[in-house]
Amino acid sequence: MLKDITLGQYFPGNSPVHKLDPRTKLVMLIVYIIALFSAVSWISYGLCFVFLILVVAISRIPPKSLLRGMKPMIFILVFTGMLNLFFYAEGTVLLSFWGITVTTGGIIRAFFMVMRILMLVSATFMLTYTTSPIALTDGLEALLSPLKKLHLPVHELSMMMCIALRFIPTLIEETDKIISAQKARGADFESGKLMEKVKALVPILVPLFISAFRRADELATAMECRCYQGGEGRTKMKQMHYCGRDFCAFGVGAVLLAAVIALSVFGL
Amino acid sequence: MSKAITVENLSYTYPGVEDTPGVTVFTDLSLAVEEGSFVAVLGGNGCGKSTLAKHFNTILLPSGGKVHVCGMDTSDPNLQIAIRRNVGMVFQNPDNQIVANVVEEDVAFGPENLGVESSQIRARVDGALKQVGMYDYRAHAPHLLSGGQKQRVAIAGIIAMEPKCIVLDEPTAMLDPKGRREVIDTITKLNKEKGITVVLITHHMDEAAKAQRVVVLHEGKITLDGTPQEVFSQVEMLHNLRLASPETVELCYALNQQGYELPLTELDPNQCAQILFETFKKQV
Amino acid sequence: MTPIIQVEDLQYIYSGGTPWEHTALNGVSFSIQRGEFVGIIGHTGSGKSTLIQQLNGLLKPTGGKVLLDGVDIWKDKATTRQARFRVGLVFQYPEYQLFEETVYKDIAFGPKNMRLSEQEIDRRVREAAGFVGLTEKQLLSSPFDLSGGQKRRVAIAGVIAMEPEVLILDEPAAGLDPEGREEILKNIEDYRKAKNATVIMVSHSMNDVARLTDRLLVMNGSKLAMDGTPDEVFARAEELLRMGLDIPDVTRVFLELKKLGLDVPAVYTTEQAAKALLRLKEGK
Repeated sequence: MLKDITLGQYFPGNSPVHKLDPRTKLVMLIVYIIALFSAVSWISYGLCFVFLILVVAISRIPPKSLLRGMKPMIFILVFTGMLNLFFYAEGTVLLSFWGITVTTGGIIRAFFMVMRILMLVSATFMLTYTTSPIALTDGLEALLSPLKKLHLPVHELSMMMCIALRFIPTLIEETDKIISAQKARGADFESGKLMEKVKALVPILVPLFISAFRRADELATAMECRCYQGGEGRTKMKQMHYCGRDFCAFGVGAVLLAAVIALSVFGL
Repeated sequence: MSKAITVENLSYTYPGVEDTPGVTVFTDLSLAVEEGSFVAVLGGNGCGKSTLAKHFNTILLPSGGKVHVCGMDTSDPNLQIAIRRNVGMVFQNPDNQIVANVVEEDVAFGPENLGVESSQIRARVDGALKQVGMYDYRAHAPHLLSGGQKQRVAIAGIIAMEPKCIVLDEPTAMLDPKGRREVIDTITKLNKEKGITVVLITHHMDEAAKAQRVVVLHEGKITLDGTPQEVFSQVEMLHNLRLASPETVELCYALNQQGYELPLTELDPNQCAQILFETFKKQV
Repeated sequence: MTPIIQVEDLQYIYSGGTPWEHTALNGVSFSIQRGEFVGIIGHTGSGKSTLIQQLNGLLKPTGGKVLLDGVDIWKDKATTRQARFRVGLVFQYPEYQLFEETVYKDIAFGPKNMRLSEQEIDRRVREAAGFVGLTEKQLLSSPFDLSGGQKRRVAIAGVIAMEPEVLILDEPAAGLDPEGREEILKNIEDYRKAKNATVIMVSHSMNDVARLTDRLLVMNGSKLAMDGTPDEVFARAEELLRMGLDIPDVTRVFLELKKLGLDVPAVYTTEQAAKALLRLKEGK
């Protein structure tokens, strides 16, 4: 059933990582990504890895759920690994067949590349696992607010994200219902050629779109009734404040980035 | 007592699309709702009750006549926000009026729009959630709540704006009996304890019976207006409008057709049983 | 005679093996004879919606069997597919599933999936439209131009057109006003009589179910709690109340009369109630 899909993988908690300001976490993610891409050596990769392990440990997010989240990534990981393994020729040749050579350099590079992706994805998961979607949108809105001066609709974008997050589960449930109802009228979604399968989607998509528009219309009226007039003059219940732990986090982030860059400058 | 809402000689015609003519709902409707009262507007589908509700907070504007809310003319565009903060609306589908994916964030939506100070919003949200009995669910995702709970969250979202009046447009139509009870109990409590004026649009007799005053709307006209007892005792009139009285009254009415003289004002089952007992025990 | 539907020790567990595991049906057994009109009642989450989706093979039982005319509907793929056509299921708020350009085409969707001939489809569409009172002109209009109550009838016609031997409806009258309710329920009764079909109706509204059906199944906590005629079930009205079900007001009145010491039967309609009281008087 579609309902079983868990969306918005937020794990509520009370750890110091959870309590960090969402803006801090967003900035830290960017810092971490820069550090990852600047890393060139075992030592700098090791530093990034240790940092990630520390964050996971502090957040008390079970590492298992991180690994489970990697499942859809397997293909990309294997593909990247293979590509680097087979087509990067440097160092001692270990194997050679059908014009493909596997070298020591290739193995190391493949390992680094796979690790880089793993760490990048894990770090992103750590952000979404420890931050509620609402906090995340608020954080994004706050970070992007300077762009308002360029007349970019920052508030509107974050409002849209918020509403999308709110309605995804509702629409999934609705899709489930429509599928069942059309199946009860003998609709067949499993057999048939590709074109037939695509055609079979019409009885699901039409009602779903109509319902989505109807919901949008009603929601818009309800929002207006609750005095919504755009971002102008709006306040927030939960105000974001940087506090001690945010400055600590920035400090650690800065040290990590500095260390990795310094190491790469010295070619380590 | 002052009036929360006054409707004077209201006429309204839905504009037609392209060549089709518009649909006229009201030609000359007048109604006044006392401040602090609980009024049920009763009628079948298409009688104009939802159209009327939409005039109470400027979603629709009169084609003719005037609607005043808390003394403010709804046709004055400058007053729109002031009117909407004073008259909250709750709609039929609980799913389509909840904006945020956390209960308390949704309740905060109204006050945030009004630019209320952060610390005050917190207090308002907590207070509103406690009043509707949803405080324990403040950190929940709305889609995991039952229909009745969602509707109570929607009501909390309205009372967090601290309105003088709440208009509910068939708030229980999509709910199960338990959810219906929850919602009706909640609004009855808000009216009694907070003195909030409540206008309940419904087609359920038993819900209307909980109000202080029942207004029956039929084809855009007010056909009956009075206390629930006064309105529901007009059994024949209601039957002509293809509506029914609550069962207690219908029972007494059926017996009266057989020559009894039972009062047609008893809406509570236990009270009704008392009266029937008095009449029918004499035979023993 | 073989019952048209036989349910044996039915069990259904949602999301088995995950933290969200939830037993929706547990050890449910009953059988339904051809031509019976059965009502299923129970509060939200009692398992009634899950139960009806088992009867036409939309959900596969995790334990136990569903037999249609003596044959397990999960015997093979073809039997399951046939079960979908032989047992027609109308979901709650079915009007949200309409998708075709015209009412005619939408009603024809089911029969088309059955791969019937053009003529047969045409006959069935017209007949089904007749049962729910749709006019020739409406058949050619877009379903989205109709009123809510009319859309509901189009959706019901869409299932009736498959001429199912068993017609199951989940809350067919939900959200309609009293007049609309009566019409829909009459349409269903007409179909049943004309085709000698078996009808199963799920509803929160005890009045509607009790008045129309020959037999009631009461679901509570994923189990079948009661199975009997409306008289038998309402004789246990206090148990129904304990399950959190809403019983009709007249039933409440009579419970109270009994407590007061009057010798009255259990009732669920005002007519029954009036008759019972009159009889009481004549008898003494």
